[in-house]
Amino acid sequence: MKYLCLIYDEESLWQKMSPDEMGKVMGEYNAFGEDIKASGHFIGGNALQPTSSATTIRVRNGKTITSDGPFAETKEQLGGYYLIEAKDLNDALQVASRIPGAKLGSVEVRPIMVFNS
Amino acid sequence: MTDASTRARELVESTYRSDSRRVLATLVRLLGDFDVAEEALHDAFAAALEQWPVDGVPANPRAWLVSAGRFRAIDHIRRRARFDARHAEIAAELESHVPVSVHGGDDDEIPDDRLRLIFACCHPALAIEAQVALTLRTVGGLTTEEIARAFLVPAPTLAQRIVRAKNKIRDARIPYEIPGQAELPERIDAVLAVIYLIFNEGHSATFGDELTRADMCAESIRLARMLAELHEDSEVDGLLALMLLHDSRRAARIAGDGEPILLDDQDRTLWDQAKIREGIALTTRALASRRVGPYALQAAIAAVHAEARTAAETDWGEIVGLYDVLLRIQESPVVELNRAVAIAMRDGETRGLELIDSLMQHGELAGYYLAHSARGALLLRADRKDEAIISYKTARSLATQLQEQRFLDRRLAELGERSQRG
Repeated sequence: MKYLCLIYDEESLWQKMSPDEMGKVMGEYNAFGEDIKASGHFIGGNALQPTSSATTIRVRNGKTITSDGPFAETKEQLGGYYLIEAKDLNDALQVASRIPGAKLGSVEVRPIMVFNS
Repeated sequence: MTDASTRARELVESTYRSDSRRVLATLVRLLGDFDVAEEALHDAFAAALEQWPVDGVPANPRAWLVSAGRFRAIDHIRRRARFDARHAEIAAELESHVPVSVHGGDDDEIPDDRLRLIFACCHPALAIEAQVALTLRTVGGLTTEEIARAFLVPAPTLAQRIVRAKNKIRDARIPYEIPGQAELPERIDAVLAVIYLIFNEGHSATFGDELTRADMCAESIRLARMLAELHEDSEVDGLLALMLLHDSRRAARIAGDGEPILLDDQDRTLWDQAKIREGIALTTRALASRRVGPYALQAAIAAVHAEARTAAETDWGEIVGLYDVLLRIQESPVVELNRAVAIAMRDGETRGLELIDSLMQHGELAGYYLAHSARGALLLRADRKDEAIISYKTARSLATQLQEQRFLDRRLAELGERSQRG
């Protein structure tokens, strides 16, 4: 059985953290990552860029409605995800607008965080 | 200081005024980042101030500035590379990408750069307020304070809005590119919506000083003119025409006490004939194209008004016909309302009132102050004053803008006086 673990936190907490505190949390994440790799649980995972980089699309009557932000309606629940490689946001939005769910609900497009190791 | 060096300094300043936005647009493309490009622009002009008076003015000042800005930006990034290895890669990549236009002095690519920049600034993934602010700041070259004043927002709030928009462009990787044929019409519409919003802010706002508002109109017309030069499109022509025709009435629209004057009551000799001629020529061209859109049709309606020497000479039949077409491509209750008013002017108040009443029964318009205000005006024309007062009172209770409220108060006061006398 596969499970998706979704991480919710307050973005503002990260902005308020000192470099030391952030280093501590990142250290915990690294340790956790190593741990579940060793135990065979790990398949994949990414940190997302903050919601300020999010774009939401809806397709209605064949037209794509694009809006700034992660504005899923409260009656909408997370129903699935795709991880895609796209050359820029236009390319990503183009792909996202073809997801059938975009016609019924909405698709939030959020860039993945890239860490420099 | 020699005459030659004074002249060189003056040229740097005039080049800044005329070309800094074009240079910025090219630097944004070459460097891929707003902030880096803005810094590079600043450095390039600082270098010009130092070097042009000494070495003479280069043959192609704009290309020189682009080149100087680019090299300085790469230099900055390389210096930072001493502390952070990532920057070395960025610098190497930027350096390997040698732009043709910089060396050849070929200006062909530069207009495209401004177009790319407009499309990035008016990207639908940005909030509309952010699109407006960013377009005025980067393409229009207005200062943050000027934009803040025009939109009645505190300057720090507006600065924050611009910073967030730039961050989103960078983080979500909104590209600096002209959209492909498939997306182009929709994206052009988004750009036009931003320009029209800027124009309306200047045209209809009651607050703020007159100068700021005129600036916003002038700026939106300038942006549309630039867009029209860079990209042939009947709706771009249509919007430019619409704005010119509305703006031609500027001197006649506002009374000495700041109150708006309705079209019927304006002194038409004050209308700017040069703007009208240009607006009509653009409208004619837009209507002759294959894609006749809402802006071209609204411009055509404005042109019919512009052509009437007096309000009584207005060709309402023509206007009704244009609203019919507009309604077919852009179904909207507001267009229906305007059409009903035009029909009232052509066929009499009774017919117009019937139409408005039936429109109001279908919902949406019932809560729209202008529908009640228009109804009041028609009732007044039909000598049904008591009912007119009721309509104006409903309109007054629905009006949210100060200008609208004051206009309706004045209308009601006039009616009150007359009813007391009669």
